[in-house]
Amino acid sequence: MREVEGIKRRTFNLHNLKKPNRKAGGKKGRRRLRAFLFFLLPSLAGVTLFVLLPFLDVINRSFRTAVTGDFMGIKNYSVIFHNQAFLLAVKNTARFTVVCIPLLVLVGLLVAFPLSVMKEAGLIKSVYLFPLAMPTATIVLVWKMVFYRQGFLNLFLTRLGEWTGLWGSVSIDYLGTGASFWVLVASYLWKNTGYTVVLWLAGILAIPNEFLEAAKVDGAGRWKCIRYIILPNLKGSFYTIVILSFLNSFKIYREAYLVAGSYPQEDIYLLQHLFNNWFVNMEFDKMAAAAVCVGVVLFGAIMLLQRFWDWAE
Amino acid sequence: MQKIQKRIYHIIKKYVTVALLLLPAVLICFPLLLLLTGSVMDSLEMKAYLFPAFGGGEGFIQWKLMPDYPTFEHFGRLLFQTPSFFVLFWNSVKLVACILIGQMIVGVPAAWAFAAYQVRGSRALFALYVVLMLLPFQVTMLSSYLVLDRLSLMNTHAAIILPAVFSTFPIFLAYGGFRALPPQLFEAARIDGAGELRIFVTIGLPLGKSGILSALVLGFLEYWNLMEQPLAFLEDKALWPLSLYLPEISWLQAGFALCASLITLIPAAFVFVLGQDYLEQGIIYSGLKE
Repeated sequence: MREVEGIKRRTFNLHNLKKPNRKAGGKKGRRRLRAFLFFLLPSLAGVTLFVLLPFLDVINRSFRTAVTGDFMGIKNYSVIFHNQAFLLAVKNTARFTVVCIPLLVLVGLLVAFPLSVMKEAGLIKSVYLFPLAMPTATIVLVWKMVFYRQGFLNLFLTRLGEWTGLWGSVSIDYLGTGASFWVLVASYLWKNTGYTVVLWLAGILAIPNEFLEAAKVDGAGRWKCIRYIILPNLKGSFYTIVILSFLNSFKIYREAYLVAGSYPQEDIYLLQHLFNNWFVNMEFDKMAAAAVCVGVVLFGAIMLLQRFWDWAE
Repeated sequence: MQKIQKRIYHIIKKYVTVALLLLPAVLICFPLLLLLTGSVMDSLEMKAYLFPAFGGGEGFIQWKLMPDYPTFEHFGRLLFQTPSFFVLFWNSVKLVACILIGQMIVGVPAAWAFAAYQVRGSRALFALYVVLMLLPFQVTMLSSYLVLDRLSLMNTHAAIILPAVFSTFPIFLAYGGFRALPPQLFEAARIDGAGELRIFVTIGLPLGKSGILSALVLGFLEYWNLMEQPLAFLEDKALWPLSLYLPEISWLQAGFALCASLITLIPAAFVFVLGQDYLEQGIIYSGLKE
């Protein structure tokens, strides 16, 4: 196995192979800067106007009162950190993220491995990608049909119980109890598995066959190949999958809102619900402070992920 | 003998794997099945089936894969007797078209700038763009509201279109496509005397089009289902997109709702089938680390 580890140590990483040095100084550099600005300026102007400047305004507002605009220092921040709704929403959002992202990453990988050596991969992949095209409103109607107390899931479970004789009639209220959290998790997985599978597949298929061949010649079995060749080369995909899962985990709010409205069962009361309610009630001071907190946490998380990724290189 | 056994074992293993992968796939497609059958089901029949779950009746929800009285009444009602449906449908089309065209005009050159020219600070700026992409809408909702209010764009379609045009997600996708091109190509063109704009139009756009097209497809799917922005910025219901029409229908009109859902799904599915190859490409591109 020493050969395999040799391959590992040299880290055949695709991203290392392509790093052209495009920097140059002097006249050429000025020309480059001019072209760069020429192409970027429209976007930069729009992003500044519609995202950056207002965000600075929000930071400013987070230190002031909602109506009169008097300076209050960090009072808004101390208010939200004693606000029950805020703490609940943070707890639920964090719980959702911590449960869903590892689950999605793992499920995607487990589906992608067998698919990577299969000819029928195309068709199966398409089916997994399908939920991406489904309108949210439609999903919600179907979810109600499935998860209401007398819906399809309980019907199925009851019939299964009758058939096996193990249990009687099942009547769980999935949307009105703590189970609603898991309904949300299920719909997140349902919607995003396809995306993740395709990403993992792309990463696996981008590994040059020679590495695997070489490892096989040296007597590495399938598991050794996965452990020493495939997984180390998937670090780049891993980084992006986590970021995109993060991005998509915020979108689950749509389903939660449409199924249960502004004040859902307390286990699925997410940060976005809270922001929306504050927005409707014009409690802009709390909202601004919370928005700054979310921005800071998000920025920190991404930097940490980036740092971790650079370190793993 | 052993050889045959081994072969049989292999075939069994293969089919078991396919079955294991197809089973969740079938579950995934279950909603589509409900849509297809429900949209041609008679209202009374549907009401009888759904009454237990939605109306508080006894027993369980029911369904039939082949309705007893198949009918196209919902399609007829929706397409010929519901003018508001068309208003919202065209609102959606208008919003999506304007957003995507705007994104192409603004975002694609920006992606090109990041991919083709490395100047001091461009990497940090790109990182900032990625962070902005990740901020959920609700975090910037207040900010956007204030700006749109100051520009007196509230309650107009521009309030949805303009911020979406400057979303950084298409830049992220198109960047991947441009980044995959070898920089020597641009150098060669430069030596031959081509200007920067010419390089972008004649080399960058044709060769990086898969990234751009995937940004279009993913963008379409995203904005066709737009929800939070119109809900927050459009008070006038006549301006709403189709994605907000559907949730308004009660279960008593479930057949009608499923039919409307099906029609909403058609353009998305069409774009999806057409663009699937590019979509996968796009997902792959967004998977490349810079």
